[in-house]
Amino acid sequence: MSGKPHSHRCCARDNIAPVVAKRERTMALLELENLVMAFGGFRAVDGVSLKVEPGTITGLIGPNGAGKTTLFNVIAGAYQPTAGRIRFDGEEITRLRTDERFHRGLVRTFQIPHEFPRLTVLENLMVVPPKQPGEQLWANWFTPGEVARTEAEVRQKAIDVLAFLELTHVMNERAGNLSGGQKKLLELGRTMMTNAKLVLLDEPAAGVNRTLLRKLEEKIQILNREWNYTFILIEHDMEMIEKLCDPVICMAEGKVLIEGDFATVRNDPRVLEAYLGETVHPEVEAAIAEIEELEIEEGNA
Amino acid sequence: MDTLGLLNYAIFMGVLIGIYALLSLGLNVQWGYAGLFNAGVAGFFAVGAYLSALFTAPPVPDRIMGWELPTGVGWFAAMAAAALIAWPIGKVTLRFRSDYLAIATIGVAEIIRLVLRTEDLLSGGVRGITGIPRPFGDLPYEWSQLAYLGLTWGMVVVIYWALERQLAAPWGRMMRAIRENELAAAAMGKNVEARRLEAFILGAAIMGLAGAVYVHFMRAITPEAIDPMMVTFLVWIMLILGGSGNNRGAILGAVIIWVIWSSSELLTDRLPAEIATQAKYIRVFVIGLMLQLVLRWRPEGLLPEGTHVRRSS
Ligand SMILES: Nc1ncnc2c1ncn2[C@@H]1O[C@H](COP(=O)(O)OP(=O)(O)OP(=O)(O)O)[C@@H](O)[C@H]1O
Ligand SMILES: [Mg+2]
Repeated sequence: MSGKPHSHRCCARDNIAPVVAKRERTMALLELENLVMAFGGFRAVDGVSLKVEPGTITGLIGPNGAGKTTLFNVIAGAYQPTAGRIRFDGEEITRLRTDERFHRGLVRTFQIPHEFPRLTVLENLMVVPPKQPGEQLWANWFTPGEVARTEAEVRQKAIDVLAFLELTHVMNERAGNLSGGQKKLLELGRTMMTNAKLVLLDEPAAGVNRTLLRKLEEKIQILNREWNYTFILIEHDMEMIEKLCDPVICMAEGKVLIEGDFATVRNDPRVLEAYLGETVHPEVEAAIAEIEELEIEEGNA
Repeated sequence: MDTLGLLNYAIFMGVLIGIYALLSLGLNVQWGYAGLFNAGVAGFFAVGAYLSALFTAPPVPDRIMGWELPTGVGWFAAMAAAALIAWPIGKVTLRFRSDYLAIATIGVAEIIRLVLRTEDLLSGGVRGITGIPRPFGDLPYEWSQLAYLGLTWGMVVVIYWALERQLAAPWGRMMRAIRENELAAAAMGKNVEARRLEAFILGAAIMGLAGAVYVHFMRAITPEAIDPMMVTFLVWIMLILGGSGNNRGAILGAVIIWVIWSSSELLTDRLPAEIATQAKYIRVFVIGLMLQLVLRWRPEGLLPEGTHVRRSS
């Protein structure tokens, strides 16, 4: 991989929508080298190597149990990989703690919502922004003015995000009382409270209603184009993958099966085979049905 | 008992309740805010008590320390010593599952108790330390008691206020987030291990302070005073019953449990001797039953945590 080092401008992005020549050749933002994650003898991730270019929305698909979520867990630092290396933004991060990765701009959501149940919805978002001065034990005593100022900003930002997600009416509810879909929205909301470089979205659309889904897609595109967020998106909703993602990576049994644009991946016989390999799960069948439907549509056009 | 005797008794109770309230507040920082299972409250209490005693008591031949320093210095030393003991315990155990901390704290508290019992050079073994000065100790007895009551509850109020402020700050929000979901908190950039250590040390320092307040009230200390049953067990019940995560609940729990505990002692003391020994177990049973009932009907305690929504300014 040659080319100029990727330059990131963390501070400017709040104010202006950066106009970046995204297409110029840059260093990969994320680089996985032969990653293996074994649980006992079982390799949930089995030698994955891939590169994610800055500014892209990379789709990650594959049948249930393919190892997609496990791969996210390894990238985000929830699991230490059995073997392999992770480079992020020009730096090796394989041994860093999860929170250290977060502070470097690597943010993830959870497939199964991990809200803070006894915090309010608003607090769930307010807790996210990095480096809040009020999180230092003594700052509240020595620099209360600064703490209060930051706190007001954080609160306003959280309120804006809640308005976008249409969660304003449950702002002061305990997050544990939200519905499943609302919790997924809250997961997404957290990523909007940060200055992320790379966001790992694990099935953000599951359980979210159609209208909001379109808005979600829009928001992801805005974050991508104007805020220069890079995404990796795990989804079973093929429509969303087709609309947003280039490239698309298909995983099966812990391995990368194929990488390419949506059409290439969809038409690859190995992909269909991987999905057909285990037809027992209704979600898989739905995914296959969707692929076939799209194929028919394309054929008609 | 005459009126004056009753009044004296009430003041005495008031001071002890204040001391338990401090312990309960300290445990609330650890368990209520940060979800840390400290099963060795008595250990930190003991360290605070003995340290403050050694700093302020007169010297005894053949023993070290006994520095006759001002009481304030002793209290500060008590907090620092408890914090210093907490640091390595937390450092070693907090990265593991939560039960490791429980086991480690039980172990350390027991070690501290055994050392204090057997060691002669510092703590005076079973004879303990006597002649510990008391602030306002020169006043006539009743006034001295009353002044100490004021001092104790002054400390409770100061600690309560400081903790409330901390809890309402982003620090408290972050701590509660870590308690609620460690994995998510780490994914949101919180250094879970370091922050837990912070809460553990802070709570331990408050427990050390409680020990110091106790020792200057009693003016003497022996290893008997740091019975895990009387300290660790009761304090846990106080916090759970009062409402963990809520500082007012922690104080309320201390008041209720101590009143029940000591008034039942008054009753059982009047029983004939052969029943009285068994009555002790009945007291424990009654407290346990109360806990069961509260957990059944009000699982979050009498004053639940609540949501710390601050009005936008
Ligand atoms: N902590 C773990 N211990 C043992 N096995 C695990 C663990 N985590 C995941 N696995 C296994 O790894 C495999 C991959 O799981 P993973 O959650 O990554 O699948 P996925 O691709 O995200 O599937 P889905 O689309 O259903 O979310 C599964 O067989 C799962 O049982
Ligand atoms: Mg998954």
